[in-house]
Amino acid sequence: MPLVNYVDHRGNSTPIDVPANDSVMEGAIANGVEGIVAECGGSAMCATCHVYVREEFLALLPPMGEVEDTMLDLTASERRDNSRLSCQIRMSDALDGLTVEMPEAQT
Amino acid sequence: METTVIIGASHGGVQVAASLREMNYSGRIILAAEEPHLPYHRPPLSKALLDPAQPDGLMLRPSAFYEQKDITLRLGKRVDAIDLDKHVVRFGSEEAIGFDHLVLATGARARIPQIEGINLRNVLTLRTLPDAKSLAASLTDAQDVVVLGAGMIGLEFAAVAARTGRRTTVIDATSRPLLRGLSPEMAQHLQQMHEANGVRFIFDDGITAIEGNEAVTAVMTKSGQRINADLVLVAVGVVPNVELAVAAGIEADNGIVVDTHLQTSHEGIYAIGDCAAFPANGGNRLRIESVQNATDHARTVAASIVGKRQPFNKVPWFWSDQYDAKLQIAGLWNGYDQAILRPSGNDGSFAYYLFANDKLLCVEAINAPGDHVAARKILSDGLDLRPEHLADPRFDPKLFMRQQPSHS
Repeated sequence: MPLVNYVDHRGNSTPIDVPANDSVMEGAIANGVEGIVAECGGSAMCATCHVYVREEFLALLPPMGEVEDTMLDLTASERRDNSRLSCQIRMSDALDGLTVEMPEAQT
Repeated sequence: METTVIIGASHGGVQVAASLREMNYSGRIILAAEEPHLPYHRPPLSKALLDPAQPDGLMLRPSAFYEQKDITLRLGKRVDAIDLDKHVVRFGSEEAIGFDHLVLATGARARIPQIEGINLRNVLTLRTLPDAKSLAASLTDAQDVVVLGAGMIGLEFAAVAARTGRRTTVIDATSRPLLRGLSPEMAQHLQQMHEANGVRFIFDDGITAIEGNEAVTAVMTKSGQRINADLVLVAVGVVPNVELAVAAGIEADNGIVVDTHLQTSHEGIYAIGDCAAFPANGGNRLRIESVQNATDHARTVAASIVGKRQPFNKVPWFWSDQYDAKLQIAGLWNGYDQAILRPSGNDGSFAYYLFANDKLLCVEAINAPGDHVAARKILSDGLDLRPEHLADPRFDPKLFMRQQPSHS
């Protein structure tokens, strides 16, 4: 299973194996990673699963859809160039080792 | 130690517990629910019914969350009575738990019309995870699907059924889909979308009987039509779960009656989410069935419990997925006098902006998230968007949202 490193805003890293095709958000919720809330359950409606993706993985990610792009304007923490909604990133072997940093606040 | 008891562990109940800990509440938190499952997300039940990736639903929080936050989960436990004098909730006759604060997050249940044949096999409702599993299993072998009720759940399920090739008929007692939830303009669009996917609508009609031996075979309508059916979804609205509150002497009227702080007729006892009738729109009581309403209610009540009382004043928003359309609604449409259509792209996406006396009430958008997000901001911050802004074909809601000074 591909691995995701969830890094909280203090810099603590939690590595988790996430089944291929599950989203980065689902991996966090299933394993109790704090820092991802996912209030809408992965419908790209609430912007509470916001993450900052480490630079080296950005190019490997699926392109951002218009819904995600727009919802990122509603994040509780600052939107940056590497901001994504973790519910819209599905894991694959190509993303093994993906590192995402979680913002200080989601709501 | 101070104790908060929450009855009902869906979106609202769980959020009260989570928000209390976020607000550094140090008392005991007991979250009791009749359902035995770990609390789960409900919207996917109707929207992604056949999604094989999530056969067991998506939990709201993992079990570790409740342990880490010292939230006591009492699942599969029915609260039988609330004793207001003693300030206890009773589980059966043998157990009572005292509370300082009590939150009623008891939700709502499907309304079941009293019709002959309503108990036949494959006549189902859709509120819970077991409901969704039964429905998905029945749909596998179904050819003729009848949906009673053209509300949001009925239409979402109709979309699932039609998309997977079932002959699908939606019957509603009113004259159009979503009579309460959507403007006539947007409702007409949704109806056309369903019809283009093969769904047949029957309006201004109802069911008089459901036929079948063990399982359903047909439904009979008031106007005398007989419609073949091997699966019937009953989605004709809900009944708020108020009985526990009423038995305790708490006031209810189409929902548990609460004030602007979501407090019931008794101090320290609150009601939130689908079961709560709260004052909005200049005092009229509303009961809103949505995730946003439940979670925002929850935050308001948690704030009251930790001594930071604030009136509830949030813009309602909703969403629905049907076929390839994402419908997003911000605000409430009732009372509008002007609907302005704004096409938002070349792909058929658009939004209706609904005004009353030139003041924005509601935006209903199809695949136009920019309009939706801007609407949430415009409505919550009281930005002065006027019909004339929309008359300009270059109007960009996101630019408008960013350029306007916030009033809040």
